Amino acid sequence: MEKSKLVALLDSPLQVINVGLEKFADDLEAQGVSVMQVDWSPPAGGDPELADLLSKLGA
Amino acid sequence: MEAIERANQISVDRMLSADPVLVDVIPAHVAIPALSEGRKILHAGPPIDWRRMCGPMQGAIAGIAVFEGWASNLDEAMAMAGEGVFEFHPNHHFDAVGPMTGMTTRSQPVMVVENRTFGNRAYCTINEGLGKVMRFGGNDGEVLKRLAWLRDVAGPLLGRALRESGGIALKSLIARGLSMGDEMHQRNVACSCLLVREIGPALARTSEDVTLLGDLLTFMGSNDQLFLNVGMATGKAIMDPVRGIENSSIVTAMSRNGTEFGVRVSGTGDAWFIAPVEMPEGLYFPGFTQADANPDMGDSTIIETIGLGGFAMGAAPAVAGFVGAGAASHAGNYTHAMGEITFSENPEWTIPAMDHLGVPTGIDIRRVVETGIAPTINTGIAHREPGIGQIGAGVVRAPMDCFNQAVRALAAELRVS
Repeated sequence: MEKSKLVALLDSPLQVINVGLEKFADDLEAQGVSVMQVDWSPPAGGDPELADLLSKLGA
Repeated sequence: MEAIERANQISVDRMLSADPVLVDVIPAHVAIPALSEGRKILHAGPPIDWRRMCGPMQGAIAGIAVFEGWASNLDEAMAMAGEGVFEFHPNHHFDAVGPMTGMTTRSQPVMVVENRTFGNRAYCTINEGLGKVMRFGGNDGEVLKRLAWLRDVAGPLLGRALRESGGIALKSLIARGLSMGDEMHQRNVACSCLLVREIGPALARTSEDVTLLGDLLTFMGSNDQLFLNVGMATGKAIMDPVRGIENSSIVTAMSRNGTEFGVRVSGTGDAWFIAPVEMPEGLYFPGFTQADANPDMGDSTIIETIGLGGFAMGAAPAVAGFVGAGAASHAGNYTHAMGEITFSENPEWTIPAMDHLGVPTGIDIRRVVETGIAPTINTGIAHREPGIGQIGAGVVRAPMDCFNQAVRALAAELRVS
């Protein structure tokens, strides 16, 4: 992102989409920042063997 | 993988084309001839031996042994159970299901649900009502007296009425119940009323004793969970034709025995994938806390397996508060989340408050493991000591390890490594 756009973004009221760990969203909300939380976790809970099997099974 | 997608489509087509009809109430040994031999006790959940059973399950077994005349008192029954006198088997191995402890023995009356599309039948005992009941481990004289009344009075009356009426179609009745605020697991008010309305005329025509008929109607009309057991037999009748479809990753049964949770998957035959059962999170009746609670129990998760219960939470905002699932306005979130782990929706079972969204149908083990979203189950909470009964209601998640095991087993079946 260009530096000017980045500065403009941070100068404006933040609207955040937080993916994954809810703690980050909670902390931002506590500071009055508007946050949309997206539930996400790594496929198969981060187990690489299961994730590999799932990809072969078409998940 | 195309083979899995095709198999799952067949699986869900069988679920959606099912035509469950409540056709009869008959003694369990007539429905399940194997119960005539020996001292067989069918229980909820995957297989388990006496030593590892939880308190309510052991209490129910002692009570049902006295009820069947196999023991003269509860202490004797407990001792006999410890000596291996009784045979224990899961209901699911005999075309049956049972709520909570799930006791099914030879002389109890069972409701018969026939899936007319496929010709199979499934069985479940009559719901005993609330309070001190055997499904929560109750086993005293009051509990056994009610079981005897169900065997000698209620069962025969209901059976006669159902035979005379030609049966009660359940698919359309459940559809109406969904539109009236039931999710069919922890809220069955509407379906119970509809059931009484459907069977009432035939009961009147076939009952010879007005006093007994009055007792039966009073019992039925005062039990908001009357339909639960009908819904469970419906679930079993719908899911059994889905068993054993090669390559299918669709769940055919979820069940718990108070110690462990078991999952069966179509493409892996009748294998159980088992993990320790979890403790429900919910609300407790006055005077009880989670310290009093038994871990989750019962075959009633067949309700969620067909897309109802926690999967249809959006249809029953009133139940969200009852089970401690949060604000009524958030009930639909549970249904949306279950849509993430299912193959399809049921166009005939829809939720009016969610723009007639069909209930999520066909739990796909691949999606469960991929997303980390475990099936949501609405459940009653039993006291951990036998004989006390229900102490609350809550929500519990199926253990993820069951699904991890199932994915590995399906991969092995398909020779994927």
